[in-house]
Amino acid sequence: MNWGTLYTQLTGVNRHSTSLGKIWLSVLFIFRVSVLVVAAETVWSDEQADFVCNTLQPGCENVCYDHFFPISHVRLWCLQLIFASTPPLLVAMYVAHRRHEDKRGILCASRSRAKQEEDLESLRKRRLPITGALWWVYAASLLFRLLFEAVFMYALYAIYDGVWLPRLVRCEEVPCPNEVDCFVSRPTEKTVFTVFMAAASGACMVLNVAELAYLVAKAATRGPARRGVRKGQADYAAKDKGLLQMMRNETLMASSSSVSSACKAV
Amino acid sequence: MNWGTLYSQLGGVNKHSTSLGKIWLSVLFIFRVTILVLAAERVWGDEQSDFTCNTQQPGCKNVCYDHFFPVSHIRLWCLQLIFVSTPALLMAMYVSFRKRGVRRNLIANRRDRPTQEELENLKKRRLPITGRLWLTYTCSLFFRIIFEAGFMYALYYIYDGFQMPRLVKCEQWPCPNKVDCFISRPTEKTVFTIFMVASSAICIVLNVAELIYLIIKNLMRCSTKHKMSHVYTDHESKDKAVSQNKINERFLSTADSDDKAT
Repeated sequence: MNWGTLYTQLTGVNRHSTSLGKIWLSVLFIFRVSVLVVAAETVWSDEQADFVCNTLQPGCENVCYDHFFPISHVRLWCLQLIFASTPPLLVAMYVAHRRHEDKRGILCASRSRAKQEEDLESLRKRRLPITGALWWVYAASLLFRLLFEAVFMYALYAIYDGVWLPRLVRCEEVPCPNEVDCFVSRPTEKTVFTVFMAAASGACMVLNVAELAYLVAKAATRGPARRGVRKGQADYAAKDKGLLQMMRNETLMASSSSVSSACKAV
Repeated sequence: MNWGTLYSQLGGVNKHSTSLGKIWLSVLFIFRVTILVLAAERVWGDEQSDFTCNTQQPGCKNVCYDHFFPVSHIRLWCLQLIFVSTPALLMAMYVSFRKRGVRRNLIANRRDRPTQEELENLKKRRLPITGRLWLTYTCSLFFRIIFEAGFMYALYYIYDGFQMPRLVKCEQWPCPNKVDCFISRPTEKTVFTIFMVASSAICIVLNVAELIYLIIKNLMRCSTKHKMSHVYTDHESKDKAVSQNKINERFLSTADSDDKAT
């Protein structure tokens, strides 16, 4: 279980995203996950070992570190990335569920084997249009992505009083005997990466907002256009429904006639 | 053997699960295994090296660490995740055993050899959750709930709650007297402990919901079977299906004629 697995899962989702969604995924993985894994984790690796306080009092360093860094930047970013990646996975689960339903419909039909295979193949390759229930699921996933990103950015800002890391912090926690000077390890490098990750997160939020606006606009324009050709399109949807219902009825009749013949035999 | 292998095994089980089971698997792997591997293991990485005691007595720090951390949180969570995943793997074993039986019957009872296509279909087929499979699935859910609750209670009991203190006072031999010992990153550890406990609670709720769903589905199936034992009901449903079919045919023919017109 690692970032690679998450990447494989999310690239599967990519097929059903809009173009902005695909850009979002690239920004997420190139500018955030890769930078986190390749650079940020190394910068923060000695955060506690090289956090030095001007005291020989045992325990003072531990306690002061815990007071000033309740949760490390790296962990916050890990959680942020995992939470932000979860809504697209839910979209993938919904798409898989829809495909499964369509597949069952095709298999229930008493058509020729070749026709069934052809239908299944086209179903597998087909990209579901983002309309109807899928539109709502996708829009909800975008909203949740925005919410999670904003919450984590706010949490980082609130815990660390901004994005800038000081060189020196003054600590008065027990068991430190008095106000003690403590020095943070690599503060400038950490500030640079914090600013970078905040900017990348901001860019992702902008992309999400743009994608949401695009989806809403697309749905709004589809509404009046649909009214013009409503009859024809509605007929197509209703025709598919009718076919599916007929297939179900055929199966039902076949099973009920076999049951009644079995009962007659008894 | 690693989390990736476990994931691929459980992914195979997913095909025979209910929707709640699939959600449970996602919660398990996204919120628990991934966070454990990517974040929690780093937080607990220096738990013994940065455990500091206010004494120079050799061995005192070791003994105090061992007294206050008999089993590390990370190891408890690893064990919990493995135990919780095991019933699902037993389900997978039962399903493959069932399919093997069906395959053997298919080969033995038919005069002509079953085609490769039919064997392939058997492999891909999703077994309905009825009869013995239902019983096995329900047992696996029951054991999952027991293991989750058991490990949560164990964590609560060993560490006296889910909060990690900054300071613990240690009187174990060879420490000369009561010694102050300081835990590394207690706040971060508390945050992750609460997160993992919350995820575990969500998984228990999903398992309970799935269990209730299966029981209700089984009860409904039993009552439907009881109704279907009456012959006249079959004729009724057959007639309904025939009239629905006629309506559909008429509807389709009008839709087709409209198509041709446009």
